[in-house]
Amino acid sequence: MPMTIVTRTRLLSLAVAPALVSGLMREAAAQEPPLPPGLGGESKKQSEPSLPPGLGGTSRLGDEPGLPPGLEPSEPSLPPGLDGGSEDVIGVETVGQTGLLSFAADHGIKGFLEGRFGTRTQRDPHERTASIAEMRLRLEAERQAGSVFLRGATDLIVDPLFDSWAPDLESGQGFVDLREAYASFSPLPWLDVKAGRQVLTWGTGDLPFINDLFPKDWVSFFVGRDDEYLKAPSDAIRVGIFSDVANVDLVYTPRFDADRFIRGDRISYYNPLLGRPAGRDAPLQTDQPDEWIDDSEWSARIYRNVGGYELAAYGYLGYWKSPSGFDPLSGQARFPRLAAYGASARTQLAGGIASLEVGYYDSREDEGGDDPFVDNSQTRVLVGFERDLPEIAHSFSVGAQYYLEAMSNHDEYERTLPNGIPLRDEYRHVIILRASKLLLEQRMRASIFTYTSPSDRDTYIKPNVSYTIDDSWTLTVGANIFAGADDYTFIGQFGPNTNVFAALRLSF
Amino acid sequence: MTTRNRPLWIWALGLTAAATTLAQAVPRTAHQAAGQSAAQSAGQSTAKEEPKTAEDVIAAANRVCYYQGNDRSAQVVMEIVDAQGRTRTREMTILRRNTERAEGAAGELSDVECCASEQSFYVRFQHPADVDKTTFMVHKKPGADDDRWLYLPALDMVKRVSSADKRSSFVGSHFYYEDVSGRHLDADERTLVDTTENYWVVDSKPKNPTSVEFASYRMWIHRGSSVVTKMEYKDASGETYRTYEVLGVDEIQGRKTVVKAKMTDLRTKGSTTVTYKDVKYDIGLPEDLFTERYLRRAPREFVK
Repeated sequence: MPMTIVTRTRLLSLAVAPALVSGLMREAAAQEPPLPPGLGGESKKQSEPSLPPGLGGTSRLGDEPGLPPGLEPSEPSLPPGLDGGSEDVIGVETVGQTGLLSFAADHGIKGFLEGRFGTRTQRDPHERTASIAEMRLRLEAERQAGSVFLRGATDLIVDPLFDSWAPDLESGQGFVDLREAYASFSPLPWLDVKAGRQVLTWGTGDLPFINDLFPKDWVSFFVGRDDEYLKAPSDAIRVGIFSDVANVDLVYTPRFDADRFIRGDRISYYNPLLGRPAGRDAPLQTDQPDEWIDDSEWSARIYRNVGGYELAAYGYLGYWKSPSGFDPLSGQARFPRLAAYGASARTQLAGGIASLEVGYYDSREDEGGDDPFVDNSQTRVLVGFERDLPEIAHSFSVGAQYYLEAMSNHDEYERTLPNGIPLRDEYRHVIILRASKLLLEQRMRASIFTYTSPSDRDTYIKPNVSYTIDDSWTLTVGANIFAGADDYTFIGQFGPNTNVFAALRLSF
Repeated sequence: MTTRNRPLWIWALGLTAAATTLAQAVPRTAHQAAGQSAAQSAGQSTAKEEPKTAEDVIAAANRVCYYQGNDRSAQVVMEIVDAQGRTRTREMTILRRNTERAEGAAGELSDVECCASEQSFYVRFQHPADVDKTTFMVHKKPGADDDRWLYLPALDMVKRVSSADKRSSFVGSHFYYEDVSGRHLDADERTLVDTTENYWVVDSKPKNPTSVEFASYRMWIHRGSSVVTKMEYKDASGETYRTYEVLGVDEIQGRKTVVKAKMTDLRTKGSTTVTYKDVKYDIGLPEDLFTERYLRRAPREFVK
């Protein structure tokens, strides 16, 4: 019997013929326990349910409904599909059982195939009109080998916008982007180890981030790849130590993993040396720390929950993750040394989630703030509140964050700033608002993210709508809108990159 | 062959000394489960004298539905069918652990006490593919806001999520979050409207009508087991717009357990059928399983 059900479900999932599907539905309905005679709903007694299988009742009394056939106490056996608990009773088979997808399913390979295309909505003299044009195949596999868990995930990409097809696993450029390749195990009950290529995230922010100094992929974010690509992978060893007092995470990255930053090849930017916007005509030249061990990074987090408050303290020793310095001799952008210290708290408040995160970025090559070629130290603060609003609509969530970036030694910075370089404010204020709503029985998700700086007078707006066609297919459309009063501010410089995109994904 | 296939009469016979010869034919697992059943029924409403008030009835039903065993694991499949007959499937492992040891030697709680105690839930999705490994964790706190977290594996992100919206769809199904983890007993006023041969019939009205979409709901609670077999939600005009029906009950480790149920939205004509497979009680889920550590690193001995 289970085999039959599996076959049916397989047919259902294939949805080969609507007529067949509706026929199966009727058949499925017929398998339900029949309602007792007279179930119409007028009188209370008539609306009483018949006893379901497994709750065999006693004799019929008065106008009370009798037990449906096959539900006598002596026969508590369940209807088809509940008779053995075999794995495939419900038959949730991976969809698309043909060819390659079937091969993938049989070998435990998961992933997706996605086409994503986007275009700038205006001419950018320094970039191509197309902002994204890629076919991406994600393949994931995992294995438990004794006590060690192994996982790999990689993307294979075809993109006519590539400057080079040769894979560079660090920057993710080229036709292979290795996302994960790690081993994890617990050598002791209180110890977790995860070593290899992995995506790492911590802290209370999901943009901006303060104490999460793991690499970000700003290019992916701005050209409209899926949200997961905002995080670039790290090649690191993560050690988790768990105790009743507090938990500790230590991450060692033996070779510096920079952000996948804006370098001008896909997104144009303001080049302070040229004193103008630049892009493919003048891609940013960088001198990136790339020695194993010598150019390593350390990240640490200590955290515990205290009475509903999630408290954490953070430390980081490494480099600015995106270019934050300049070598006047070579003309290359640099990644000066950075130490960061911070803390965060998160709790439930008024039915929502309130969070606070602070961090001090200690720019170790410019402690006095008087080196015009290295960014000054900063204090960063993020306060946020997020809540569902069932009072207005169901599956509707809104969030607001205030972010402050305060430059240390602003006077020294101003005094030593070379002529012609736009002056940055001592305080950069940003208001981040987001809202999301699920529609059409959660088939559709509409969301908007806005990042607005009143001090920089610029704004970034990211609307996104995704529609789940069925369990396999998802259609997404969205936009990245940049606007600013000046072409050199944090967001304002990206103005000509405003783009719209659409993607179709087949998950398997 | 698992113990839950055993017909009811085997449990009954297993409890009597006279059944020695028959019991030898019963697999060992059935013996153990029957033993548990006997031990546990002493502390359970079904074996006590029948509840008298609507509150007692509901507390017993709530306990059977949400609190049986000290912990439980189940493989859950939701088939969501919309008005056009299109089907979507959600498959997940749900682990649940009662913070208070409500059964066994460690402590006996009354039904009301039991339903006021805290629980933790760990829900790890396997299907559809785009939510594979996404994990949802709840620390349920009756009388206060639950703590909820969501783990997004692709970002390695642990998000804390708001719990204000209890009556919104759970993962696109016709079940609400509150249906999955249980509505708080103090939220409604109740009346026992009828007692029939098989059922207690209880009507409930929300104490705070603005917080919910229903004006009232009626429950049919099976007298022999305290299993809720049917619910009807009514709007302000008294019209039924949403129904819950149990399609299958199984006896698992001596506990009457709903293994198949259906929620129907009569307005949209959509419905969700939920099936609980591989239900196991008292598997020894550790308390620290419901922490950030195991959101990031799935406990593979307990989840798929």
